[in-house]
Amino acid sequence: MARGFDVRRQTGFNTIAICCFILLYAPIILIVVYSFNKGNSIAIWEGFSWRWYISAWDNEKVQAATIRSVVIAFWASMLSTFAAVLAALATTRTKPWRGQSFIFAMINQPLMVPEIVTAVSLLIVFASIKVATGYTGLGYLVIAHTAFCIPFAYMPIRARLQGMDLTLEQAASDLYATPWQTFRRVTLPQLTPGILAGAMLAFVISLDDVVITEFVKSAGQDTLPTYMLGQLRRVVTPEINAISTVLLAFSVLLVTGFFLLSRTRKQ
Amino acid sequence: MIEIANVTKVFGQGEAAFRALDGVSVTIDENEFFTLLGPSGCGKTTLLRTIAGFVDPTSGSVKLDGQSLLESPPYKRPVNTVFQSYALFPHMTVAQNIGFGLEMQGKPKSEVQETVAEMLELVRMTPMADRQTGQISGGQQQRVALARALAPRPKVLLLDEPLSALDFKLRKEMQLELKRLQSETGITFIFVTHDQEEALTMSDRIAVMSEGAIRQIGGPRDIYDHPAERFVADFIGDTNFLEVELLRTEGEEGRIRLASGAETTARALSGGVSAGTVTLAVRPEHADLADPAEALLPGTLAEVVYFGTDTHYHVDLEDGTRFVVRQQNTPAQVQRRAAGDRVGVTFAPGVGQVLRD
Repeated sequence: MARGFDVRRQTGFNTIAICCFILLYAPIILIVVYSFNKGNSIAIWEGFSWRWYISAWDNEKVQAATIRSVVIAFWASMLSTFAAVLAALATTRTKPWRGQSFIFAMINQPLMVPEIVTAVSLLIVFASIKVATGYTGLGYLVIAHTAFCIPFAYMPIRARLQGMDLTLEQAASDLYATPWQTFRRVTLPQLTPGILAGAMLAFVISLDDVVITEFVKSAGQDTLPTYMLGQLRRVVTPEINAISTVLLAFSVLLVTGFFLLSRTRKQ
Repeated sequence: MIEIANVTKVFGQGEAAFRALDGVSVTIDENEFFTLLGPSGCGKTTLLRTIAGFVDPTSGSVKLDGQSLLESPPYKRPVNTVFQSYALFPHMTVAQNIGFGLEMQGKPKSEVQETVAEMLELVRMTPMADRQTGQISGGQQQRVALARALAPRPKVLLLDEPLSALDFKLRKEMQLELKRLQSETGITFIFVTHDQEEALTMSDRIAVMSEGAIRQIGGPRDIYDHPAERFVADFIGDTNFLEVELLRTEGEEGRIRLASGAETTARALSGGVSAGTVTLAVRPEHADLADPAEALLPGTLAEVVYFGTDTHYHVDLEDGTRFVVRQQNTPAQVQRRAAGDRVGVTFAPGVGQVLRD
């Protein structure tokens, strides 16, 4: 049987693939390994211990930054998912309207505009609001995170909506369900995996952000990533490795959940 | 009673405009099994969706028992649909699917349960009540879709090619089942299909559609035996078309002269047919082979095709037209004919149909 072009059969394919995987995972494995180091170095192995995990756990700054990160990520993912559901409904469940693709591009703005540009502009805008209102709370961070999380929450929800059979909604409407009842009883239950996936992705993206957070945060508003960045500028101990490892484990967990959910197809 | 008057639907605008429905008028009686028959793209589904409320007609009116339906959204019309894809809710059980319409109507729980049980019984799905819709076969899904649409006791049930996804044997079974359900419930059925045989076996009346318009409305026998125009004759069953001369008409009877010079009578609907050259339609099973000397149309037997239950004789007439005669096979058949034989084609007076076209 004649075979088409198969990239896996080309010379050097395996070498390149292995190089890429080493590049991708070796540093992460190193980080994880040294998080269990007994000594103070992040480069010289001195034996296994949980020492740095305990140290990170007891570190009040780490605790505060973690709580702050989770609070921001929670609100940002909730708000961005809510906005994303509305945006997805408006871009898939309406008659095609003028400028629809333009709006679609606008929703995905955070994927196109360099993060540093967004960060600087937010810094300037929020600075003047701070002066005007005197409010210096976490609200700014939540709003900023919500904004850049929207496209990440939007994509899986939109994909799910597009894959959904429109006749189901027509069938509900044919069976005396008002538009709201149709949404509640037919659209929403089937959309739930998409919504959960979107929220999880948004949560991870928010949890992980450094650039925008660094610019927007007020004094004493370190999130876990910005705290780690600050630490790296001073003494580097395997405590950073330990925090990184925990963060990594948590992200992997969420992203795995995201994939499992977005894979769920009807039947 | 459903009254559809002058319904036109144009999709798109300007150059790209497409007339899916072009001035359709039809009245469907209560408790009737009415079929919209036509090839794909003829507008039959658009008409069905107009009644359901998923399509807003560009002009015209749709009335149910004297009241206009067009102002009401689909969820306020006492009309239910069985969708071609069934459109069962995948996150609900069989029973929940069937109860959905009643629940949306705000019926009390006990009544919903009672009706659901009744419907399950009616479509013989009681043992499957708690199954997920993904766990039942195509034929069973079809029955659930039917029960779900019947449960709220609509005044009219719309069926959009509901049998097209089933295999041949199941389809035959469901045809009888649908007929039974219609007479048991007394609900008006409006059935859309492109399958002429399905239409002929099930319907009280059939509307044959093409290019957004109704070509002919009548009972199955009427449509089959007396097609009004070439499209209908051609779409339903097999037909021989002959060019003949219409000499005169008296009532519904027309005196015609065939190409061979022989004269006979044929049915000619008043209106639309005037004397002169016209097309005559003759069903293959309404014609017979005969001695060339006595036949209406002499010719040569070109092909004999054996079909088990019957045999098709393809005859080349003297003017070059190919004419097919279908004869039922009987064990007593003695006369064997072979290709190349001189034969004649004959048919009884009044059997042919003069077409309006």
